[in-house]
Amino acid sequence: MRKSLTTRQIVAEWIIENLIRLCGISAILFVFGIFFFVFREGAPLLFGEGGFDLIKFLTSPEWYPSSNSNPRYGILALILGTASVSCLAVLISVPFGLGAAIFISEFCGPKLKEGLKIVIELLAAIPSVVWGFIGLTLMKGIIESVFGVPFGLTVLNGAIILALMCLPIIVSISEDALRAVPDSYREAAQGLGATRWQLIYRVLLPAAKNGLLAAVLLGVGRAVGETMAVLMATGHAVNIPIDGTPPYFHALDSVRTLTATIAAELGETAQGSPHYRVLFLIGIFLFCITFTINLVADLVVRGIRKE
Amino acid sequence: MFQETQHVKRKKRAERTAQGVFLGMTLCMVLPLIAVVGFLIYKASPVLSIDFIMDAPERGMRAGGIWPAFWGTVCLVFFSVIIAAPVGVLAAVYLHEYAPENWFTRMVNLAVFNLAGVPSIVHALFGLGAFVLFAGLGKSILAASLTLAIMTFPVIIESTKESLAAVPRSFREACWNVGATRWQTIRGVVLPNSTSGILTGIILEVCRAAGETAPIMFTGAVFFKAVQGGDVFAYGPMDQCMALSMHLHTISTQVPGVPEAIPFATAVVLLGTVLVVNATAIVLRVIIRTRKKW
Repeated sequence: MRKSLTTRQIVAEWIIENLIRLCGISAILFVFGIFFFVFREGAPLLFGEGGFDLIKFLTSPEWYPSSNSNPRYGILALILGTASVSCLAVLISVPFGLGAAIFISEFCGPKLKEGLKIVIELLAAIPSVVWGFIGLTLMKGIIESVFGVPFGLTVLNGAIILALMCLPIIVSISEDALRAVPDSYREAAQGLGATRWQLIYRVLLPAAKNGLLAAVLLGVGRAVGETMAVLMATGHAVNIPIDGTPPYFHALDSVRTLTATIAAELGETAQGSPHYRVLFLIGIFLFCITFTINLVADLVVRGIRKE
Repeated sequence: MFQETQHVKRKKRAERTAQGVFLGMTLCMVLPLIAVVGFLIYKASPVLSIDFIMDAPERGMRAGGIWPAFWGTVCLVFFSVIIAAPVGVLAAVYLHEYAPENWFTRMVNLAVFNLAGVPSIVHALFGLGAFVLFAGLGKSILAASLTLAIMTFPVIIESTKESLAAVPRSFREACWNVGATRWQTIRGVVLPNSTSGILTGIILEVCRAAGETAPIMFTGAVFFKAVQGGDVFAYGPMDQCMALSMHLHTISTQVPGVPEAIPFATAVVLLGTVLVVNATAIVLRVIIRTRKKW
């Protein structure tokens, strides 16, 4: 017969259980911590330090942070830079990602499926700075020779690199969503004589649409938040690639994104200067965007699980 | 035999076309991986050797090797794993074994999910604001590793949760029935049966941490630090260090006149390290699956 627990064991158990609880809720603490500490560095501007104007900050295209006489902090050009690169990247990667997910879940055998999943995982493991380096060397040369432009670090370059980076996440989540469609749907369709193609676009895609939407959203989140790859591949020039002359959207212009601006300029600013605080405000802005995207994606995914 | 009607033929043609198109789209994912790796290795081949990893850089990064950067990355990853692994594993234990089904647990899960989605540059700002400035660690390996750890520990949570879920409930019940407490059950039965899954998660965390650039740029990594080639005691936790990813970024964008092969070789070493580590995780997972006893 074992003796009942000693006091020491009870105390030890109490300590370890509370340690586990603390670690469990640490994720929440970290998310709040991120918001708090980034906000703390940027906040003085919001409360009127240095005549800062939030509306102007968000709507002015003039980004001249290091001008001595009249520094201007308008991030509109940076927002549009991020938006154009991310949109183009998602437009490229969504069809390919969905296609690959459909192929993996519906057309290929178990061995090939394993192999392709490993490829996806390895693709996802490539560090962003290596992608950026590919953009800087390989893609730059390709774009310069294919489109005959003098400078190959453009929206298109960044978008292709980002598309490749988003592919793994889009493929794996889409594949999960397709696999979650019950087999009875497939059997019913095949019983009615549908081909696999008819099965896919009449049955599977409508049934899995929420999961596919979540996949696209997470792809967007990844694209918006990516830093090193776009810093190296998009040319890093403050420029709005959209204007009134056809073709309205200039994919062969250089742009600069929100993330790249922080990465490139934070090292050179003095701590506590308006420029430094503005970069933290951009960080808060990015945090809010990705937080919203993730929240919506999570709600969408949760909606599926409930069904 | 039935004669194929026009309609059936068309259906079959559509089927074949669809399969071809989807296969093509899949290849668009596989080919870049091969192309990228092949291109990098081809361009790096003139300088790629063991000496390149073991030597210190010379003449302002324009010659020599990458030892200080390589070892810096090893140190950063080492400290980040030491910090992230226990917290991540215990958090997963909480979420899978302790947490009740309620709104608060949903919030925790959402926070984990979100933490993985916060842009790396925002993590960098957080690391700068919280560890470097507020906690007073200064720019150091410790501050950078803490930033990396917070950024990557969701990877460990996910993987650990999966492996905890794979331990059958009957194992736990058997243990409770002989009078073990909840923690004794976890320590004696649940964790030993999921070690390989936890290990996979830790390896994947290493892989993520080794490749990150943005979070360490402002929290501990520097452009240059004089270190002897092959010196493994070069960095202490409060020192600043060089790192492979940051080194690749600076020599390819900010240093003029670097011979072409050097950044390529740096990229190959970084990519090679990450892919080898990742492949280890994949092999480990396959072994777990084939060895599973229940």
